Amino acid sequence: MNANHIMNTMEMEQELENDLLEITLGPSHPAMHGTIQMKVKLDGERVAFCDVEPGYLHRGFEKECEDHRWNQIFPYTDRLNYVSPIINNVAFAMAAEKLCGLEVPERCQYLRVILSEMCRITDHLTCLAAVVMELGAFTAFLYFVKARELYYDLLESVTGARLTYSWLRIGGARWDIPDGFVEQAKKAIPETRRILKEIDGLFTKNRIFLDRVVNVGVISQSDAISYGITGPFLRSTGVAYDVRKAHPYAVYDRFEFDIPVGENGDCFDRYRVRMAEMEQSLRILEQALPKIPGGPISVKDPKYTLPDKQAVYTTIEGTINHFKLIFDDIHPPKGEVYAAVEGGNGELGFYLVSDGGNKPVKCRCRPPCFPIMAALGGIITGHMLADIIPIFGSVNMIGGEMDR
Amino acid sequence: MSMEIIEQFQAKYPDVVEETHNHRGDATVRVKPDSWLQVFGFLKEEAGFDQWIDLTAADYLGREEGLPRFEVVVHLRRMKDGARIRVKARLAGPSPSIDTLSGVYKGANWMERECHEMYGIVFKGSPDLRPLLLYPEFKGFPLRKDYPIDQRQPRVPLLGSEVRRYSKAPDDTPHGHLAAEKKNV
Repeated sequence: MNANHIMNTMEMEQELENDLLEITLGPSHPAMHGTIQMKVKLDGERVAFCDVEPGYLHRGFEKECEDHRWNQIFPYTDRLNYVSPIINNVAFAMAAEKLCGLEVPERCQYLRVILSEMCRITDHLTCLAAVVMELGAFTAFLYFVKARELYYDLLESVTGARLTYSWLRIGGARWDIPDGFVEQAKKAIPETRRILKEIDGLFTKNRIFLDRVVNVGVISQSDAISYGITGPFLRSTGVAYDVRKAHPYAVYDRFEFDIPVGENGDCFDRYRVRMAEMEQSLRILEQALPKIPGGPISVKDPKYTLPDKQAVYTTIEGTINHFKLIFDDIHPPKGEVYAAVEGGNGELGFYLVSDGGNKPVKCRCRPPCFPIMAALGGIITGHMLADIIPIFGSVNMIGGEMDR
Repeated sequence: MSMEIIEQFQAKYPDVVEETHNHRGDATVRVKPDSWLQVFGFLKEEAGFDQWIDLTAADYLGREEGLPRFEVVVHLRRMKDGARIRVKARLAGPSPSIDTLSGVYKGANWMERECHEMYGIVFKGSPDLRPLLLYPEFKGFPLRKDYPIDQRQPRVPLLGSEVRRYSKAPDDTPHGHLAAEKKNV
């Protein structure tokens, strides 16, 4: 290769740089779940620059929270990550209970763990279903949704809703589980294992799938930590950080489960971590379901929880207590707290500030997919245009919590 | 665990820390805003708080007289032992500003963008402070306490391509396009 040739190549590269093709993916693109816009500059088929623009689903979550009373915030938290609303409920309830210094009864803590794990399974199933469908495997999408349906039915039997549960209250839960719930849940576990095995057989060694995901969308450990990435995305790089193990909440310290980790931090590792985590969630369910203790599901403190209906209709104290809580709500003591749980995508935290009034002064949700989206532009750059689809799918961005 | 860090920090930079507390077990330290970068340099390099968790702000409009109005709040975590720390700084309005952390933690930039559009806090030296969740024409800072929750926003004028598509019928009359089609027949 002579000097002249090198000069020519350099000139050519310069020309190509000037000739980048700008395209806009989204906000209404079939593979941009939720509504997100990516402004991509293409050099041939290679992504030279990617600017991610969220915000199309912004609905002022924090402003609304500051305008509502503490217990009225639960329906808003349902709509953060609408694939696993119970986990959001638990996160907010735990932060508020930490602020009030409340200790929730053991029965409620077991139920919170059980329903959280069910939601984690639905969350991972939905994420993987979307990924494989976008890669062309529509049949497999139906397999995933079939497994998800088992848990939607169970959650519906407890909360009465299929999507937005609003099941928890500060200091406990709204309803107890119905009769036959435990038996039905025990039946769902082997059924889920069977479906997961089928899915595993379809994908884990599937050449078409592997070609699209192995060594695609790699992020390094140190980058992931510095970006604040948590959850399956961080664990795929080999960091075993799980809030359930590192800072056990509810009764997670009583169950045996492992933290699955990947090695390379690519899309395939994220798929494997999510598949393995569902198995761990099933293990937790198996251990927790037979052990649910008896007793109340809410704190018996008239300052924080509603009295029994019997007491409301027959005693003056009960009536007044009910009236005060419905019309004035709770008054957490002055202070600030941060509490976090392991959501489907990572650490879901709430930073709450109270001035002793019945509305929060500040209610900040730390969404787990926000830091991942911050890193996404850098991860995509250098890949092919078609790789955007599996990379973005493996982020499992949920518009509700990303844009709030 | 984190209280030890605070004590160590206090011993090293006694004139930087304004207040510490450990309410409900959350180690919290409030520092002077002009030492912001120095504080996070120490926390990351020497104390080992490598994991970025969260950055946000809070508006305490109308609290005690003379106290600055805004508070920037950062949460960090240490990977090796799981210690958490909350660092705060008070900023006076109406146009507060503080140094950017995007050179220290990569995750800071997007959270600062959000904080900037919501509270109007300027992060000095930030490489990118464009609005993140809101649109560029948005007026005001919605999470400030003096922004009414039912505030309406002015209509954004149509872009050039949209004007051509939506606002000009071929004849300037109602159903003008139908008339135009008839003429063609």
